[in-house]
Amino acid sequence: MTVHQSITDETRPAYNYAYLDEQTKRMIRRALLKAVAIPGYQVPFGSREMPLARGWGTGGIQVTAAIIGPDDTLKVIDQGADDTTNAVSIRRFFERTADARTTEATDEATIIQTRHRIPEAPLKAGQIMVYQVPQPEPLRKLEPREAETRKMHAWAEYGLMQVKLYENIARFGEVTTTYDYPVMVNGRYVMAPSPIPKFDNPKMQMSPALQLFGAGREKRIYAVPPHTSVRSLDFDDHPFRIQSWEQPCALCGAADSYLDEVVIDDQGGRMFVCSDSHHCETRRADGHRGAMLADASALHLVEDEAKP
Amino acid sequence: MTPNDTLIGAGFADPVFQSQGAFRALLAALSEPGLAYDISVSVETPVGLEPATAVALLTLADYETPIWLPAALRDGPAGAWLRFHCGATLVEYPARAAFAVIDGAGTEPKLAAFNAGDDQFPDRSTTVLVQCAGLEGGATVTLEGPGIPGQRAVAPAGLRPEFWAEVEDNAALYPLGVDLLLVHGAQVLGLPRSTQIVEAR
Repeated sequence: MTVHQSITDETRPAYNYAYLDEQTKRMIRRALLKAVAIPGYQVPFGSREMPLARGWGTGGIQVTAAIIGPDDTLKVIDQGADDTTNAVSIRRFFERTADARTTEATDEATIIQTRHRIPEAPLKAGQIMVYQVPQPEPLRKLEPREAETRKMHAWAEYGLMQVKLYENIARFGEVTTTYDYPVMVNGRYVMAPSPIPKFDNPKMQMSPALQLFGAGREKRIYAVPPHTSVRSLDFDDHPFRIQSWEQPCALCGAADSYLDEVVIDDQGGRMFVCSDSHHCETRRADGHRGAMLADASALHLVEDEAKP
Repeated sequence: MTPNDTLIGAGFADPVFQSQGAFRALLAALSEPGLAYDISVSVETPVGLEPATAVALLTLADYETPIWLPAALRDGPAGAWLRFHCGATLVEYPARAAFAVIDGAGTEPKLAAFNAGDDQFPDRSTTVLVQCAGLEGGATVTLEGPGIPGQRAVAPAGLRPEFWAEVEDNAALYPLGVDLLLVHGAQVLGLPRSTQIVEAR
């Protein structure tokens, strides 16, 4: 039998606040509290069907839906940008289902849901980072069986991961992992920081913000409380290094932010720009000018604040 | 028993937003151990439960989470109230409980009596709400660990003399162990298993 529900009263939505029902929220909230109590440990949870496909941030959305309230201001970024498809649609999802106040400004947000970046602006106490995680198990590529990886975490058997990093160094002279670089949390659990560039790993160390991770397809939630040790795995003679670039951002001139390479023509021309769009805009508004800002502005690709 | 004893007081007036607010306080309490957070929501708390205990259980407990209460509370209005509002099973054995409420000054049960989880699923441990006489004014204890920049001093009052030794033993089990929420009035203070006791005086 199919039940057709007609919504006559238009003032009431046909779903609960923040989309999830209260029973689901309680289940996710209990998982979050255990995740916070055991930093870096992946807590299994009953991931729900969401109105978008697995792999589009359903884990992060469920975590955000379980914590968001009327006092929150939400920022959503996708690869650092506030204006890409995934970020726009998730922001709109919470505007519709939770009547959420949204922002692009990192320092105004209380909840920042992110896919694959940590904002350049330093995070503050009281802010919550929510990461969308495709593969929560850092050991999965080394050991496909869940029953085995669970034992490896239980007994802190992380030799295999060290061997993998060692083999990298033996073959290429350095660790070639550039994103989702494994970290050791609170000296106990090896954790996947989600596919953030390793450039962002040091920002997790002793961060004043609470960091929550949701993997919808893999049905795992994990967390790093504020002021928690998050150490990138390395060796004494091959210390962990982050990426660096030979040139600053072509739009705002920032020399200390994570840059994306953008191909601009079919003649081999390219430019490097900040991946954090809000950071780049803020710097341009403050009068910082990169080498190619005038060109980009002439093509109406960006607004040049300094122009009269 | 007078007829009034069987009356069950009201729970959340607005379950969606009141539980959301209370959860954020609980999340903050466990992610910043040693800081007291307010979860003042007006519910008709039954005799024997602190207001924050009642709100925390309304927020987190349901038919999936067995609750352990001292026998006097379990058989009294508190038990009836939790059964009605949460639909939770009230269990007799501490080790079966997902949530437990204990009197901080009472001698039994010990923290070790509750479920500490197992090495492959440390998340299956009991969360213990310890009702105490106050979150300050007692002997000072210095804490260290995730969520604490450097060290943090707490001084909850009205706890049994061996309480901090039990907390130390519990922290030694890390990543196993129970997670504690010290409760007084409308306030809650988190002590997850990851928190180490540096010095108890």
